[in-house]
Amino acid sequence: MAHFTKATSVHDWINQRLGIDTVRRVMATEYWIPKNINFLWAMGMVLAITFALLLVSGIFLLMYYQPNVNTAFDSVNYTIMREVDFGWLWRHVHGVAASVVFLVIYIHMFTGIYYGSYKNGREMIWISGMLLFVTFSAEAFSGYMLPWGQMSYWAGMVITNLFSLGGLHADGIVEWIRGDYVPAQAFLDRFFMLHVLLLPLAIMGVIGLHFGALRIPHVNNQDGEELDFEKEAAKYKAGDKKGSKVIAFANDFMSKDLFVVGIFLIFFFYLVFFHYDFAMDPVNFDPADGLKTPAHIYPEWYFLWSYEILRPFSTNIGLMAFGFAQVIFFLLPFLDRSPNAIPANRRGLFSLWFWAMLVDMIVLTAMGKLPPEGIFSTIGLVAALVFIGLWIALPFITKSEKKA
Amino acid sequence: MKELFILAVVTVFTLATYYLVEPFAHSKMHKHVESEKFAYADLPALTKKGDANRGKDLVMGAGACTGCHAIKVAGLAAPMDPVATAQSYGVNTPDLSNAGVVYDAKFLAALIKNPAHALKVEHKYDAASGKVHPMAQFGGAGGDLDQEVADMVAYLQSIAVKQDKLTPKMAFETACGRCHAMKYENWTQIGDKPSFKMKKDELAFDIQVIDYQDALTKYMGKLPPDLSMYIRSRGEHYISTFVENPQHLIEGTAMPRVGVTAETAEKVIEHLADAGDTKRVERDEVGKKVMVFIVIFALFAYLWKRSIWKDLH
Amino acid sequence: MKNGRRAFMGKAFGAVAGVGAVASLYAMKKSWDPLPSVRSAGFTTLDMSAYKENELVVEKWRGKPIFVLKKTAAMLAKQTDADKARDVLVNGEHYMVCIGLCTHLGCIPGYRPESSDFLCACHGGMYDFTGMVTKAPPPRGLDIPPFKVDGNKLVLGEEGPEYKKMKETGITL
Repeated sequence: MAHFTKATSVHDWINQRLGIDTVRRVMATEYWIPKNINFLWAMGMVLAITFALLLVSGIFLLMYYQPNVNTAFDSVNYTIMREVDFGWLWRHVHGVAASVVFLVIYIHMFTGIYYGSYKNGREMIWISGMLLFVTFSAEAFSGYMLPWGQMSYWAGMVITNLFSLGGLHADGIVEWIRGDYVPAQAFLDRFFMLHVLLLPLAIMGVIGLHFGALRIPHVNNQDGEELDFEKEAAKYKAGDKKGSKVIAFANDFMSKDLFVVGIFLIFFFYLVFFHYDFAMDPVNFDPADGLKTPAHIYPEWYFLWSYEILRPFSTNIGLMAFGFAQVIFFLLPFLDRSPNAIPANRRGLFSLWFWAMLVDMIVLTAMGKLPPEGIFSTIGLVAALVFIGLWIALPFITKSEKKA
Repeated sequence: MKELFILAVVTVFTLATYYLVEPFAHSKMHKHVESEKFAYADLPALTKKGDANRGKDLVMGAGACTGCHAIKVAGLAAPMDPVATAQSYGVNTPDLSNAGVVYDAKFLAALIKNPAHALKVEHKYDAASGKVHPMAQFGGAGGDLDQEVADMVAYLQSIAVKQDKLTPKMAFETACGRCHAMKYENWTQIGDKPSFKMKKDELAFDIQVIDYQDALTKYMGKLPPDLSMYIRSRGEHYISTFVENPQHLIEGTAMPRVGVTAETAEKVIEHLADAGDTKRVERDEVGKKVMVFIVIFALFAYLWKRSIWKDLH
Repeated sequence: MKNGRRAFMGKAFGAVAGVGAVASLYAMKKSWDPLPSVRSAGFTTLDMSAYKENELVVEKWRGKPIFVLKKTAAMLAKQTDADKARDVLVNGEHYMVCIGLCTHLGCIPGYRPESSDFLCACHGGMYDFTGMVTKAPPPRGLDIPPFKVDGNKLVLGEEGPEYKKMKETGITL
């Protein structure tokens, strides 16, 4: 048993038992972050704050929501939106945050790709981040079922149909996932469970892994410079804060993070109060009707690019392309054969690859929403082929890259 | 400054994506119809000045309006209850008490002369189908038809409440409420649903509603939807242009042109907003306060950051 | 020797725990299966004498829309043998009986009586009045639900000889 002395203060009493000074040192004051960074490095904090907003608003929604096919729609649109004080606020915060969180995730991802922050020891950061992307996607999809509107129902129908695996006609799997021949009570109940329990638990676990994965390789910096963290930290601790190439997580890095969060929240709350239709699709304010398809079925904007990769092909090839799109980002650290972990603009052809990929995914996103007719389906097909082509080309492009 | 340049790049790509998936995609998916400001330009203008007294005689007498319509303000009850009426004609006949304020005068005149034409449902009652609109055309009481119609319209206007006394709920009930239920405002097609002490009475009422809806479904081809959430699912512009002329947005729809005035349409929409977007005023007010707060929050965050980073640069 | 035995016991313990884990996975999988009440609600009987020619009626079976279309003489004249094999015959009359879900991604195609065909609004797939695909992306014609002819009636959910034959010949899945 450790040796305890009579506490000199409350702080000392707690410190002897929980070691909070050590925790503070390890997690904040001596957790070293490179100084040479820009606001894109604050996206992690922005995501953490958005996740907190989702969690808190979700807790209040959960207290009035009823996972029953007969009452779900009214419990959201009548009870929460009309009766509960500030119920509308929680719902708008929840709905808008669910959409905006993906915007920030995509910015975070493309930042990582641009600065090469997925290689030379940072592979696990990338992979755990992609796991978060997948769990967030599942969380978003399951949450979208809950208001039991027309888009909930039909998105549920179309997406669960994907599990029949096209030509294999595995209808048994589809019925097993739904617990019924069509999305109905069992389906709503299990997606409710996934949304409020299992997936949030998984997300929190993977967030821990993601943070943990950062610890050993450290955060990357704007120029891909390899820092000697111990030497720079010693400089900082010796009082040469100006000369040191690192800063402490708290309060140095955090003060910048929170300023970025402040700017982000201005944008976020503007959307919550004055511009929410993009995140709360009007079609979903019609109650679910299994015998009436909406004129246009499309997923939320953040799934559109992968939906468009599915769509222009025949069922089986479409499913394969879709499966390819779901896993390929995980493999990025291994498909990039270049040893350079530096910004894309100094990597020759890869720079081209980066911007082409970004533009292509935006084109896919746009075409995924537009009706698949005429020129739009042609553009969609070309963009889907370009997407696959770019990934196939990546190892060759990066292999030929010279060591910087 | 480099950070501002990066911010500009992120903003441009974000806005491009937003533009493509929202305004652009929706402009391709949904037909856009401009409002005609409820002018009903296809209907002839009223040329004669109506006389309310003569109109009263026509409405009560030769026009035979009261054979089917109630006029409660004039002390005339409906000849049949709503369910029996719907079973005979397909839908309950409107009480004419406020018709003069709810409906456009030109529209009323055209309706009296040729209902299917004014309502724009001639595709349902063409010669080939052999069906005729349940409201009989008024062929005149022996005098000048235009004058007689103008007199009847003048009478309806004289008995109606004044525009400023017409509440959004009244406007909705008169113009929409015989076909559309509105669960969130407790409205059924046969009126407000009362609260019952006895389960049996409640069930009896519900059965009446179902009988009415069955007759209505037969008449319209499908049951007209509940409008509780239409303000969020369709939006103000769509509702307004749809009410003005349903055929513009959904060709061949069974929904008739309602013929309301622009003021009434606004009130109908206000009622829909009360039902489906009840907290909109609170949302705007809270929104403004939160925006002010969050700007102050960001400002203080900036000042704090600057004070800390002074030592670092 | 002692260490070897320890390692073996450790692995054996792991294996026993593994059996328990797999067994509980089985229970978890079974808990997600459709309930007996859901399964048994799966039979619908249709009175086939009530339908009118070229008028599409949408029935409901297992929560899915079922298209029933009584064919006109003009339609029958146009049909090839392959088309005829998809017909459901009740009392000498020809009917199209199909699950009204697009075989692409499960939307409900709309019937257009003027041109006697179906158009799916989701991705633009088209079917003719026999339920065969006339425009991709649907991979195959509309599926035919399991049925049994019983006099004037058609029981959906039961597999009669006519349905079994269709299945064997690959007309439907």
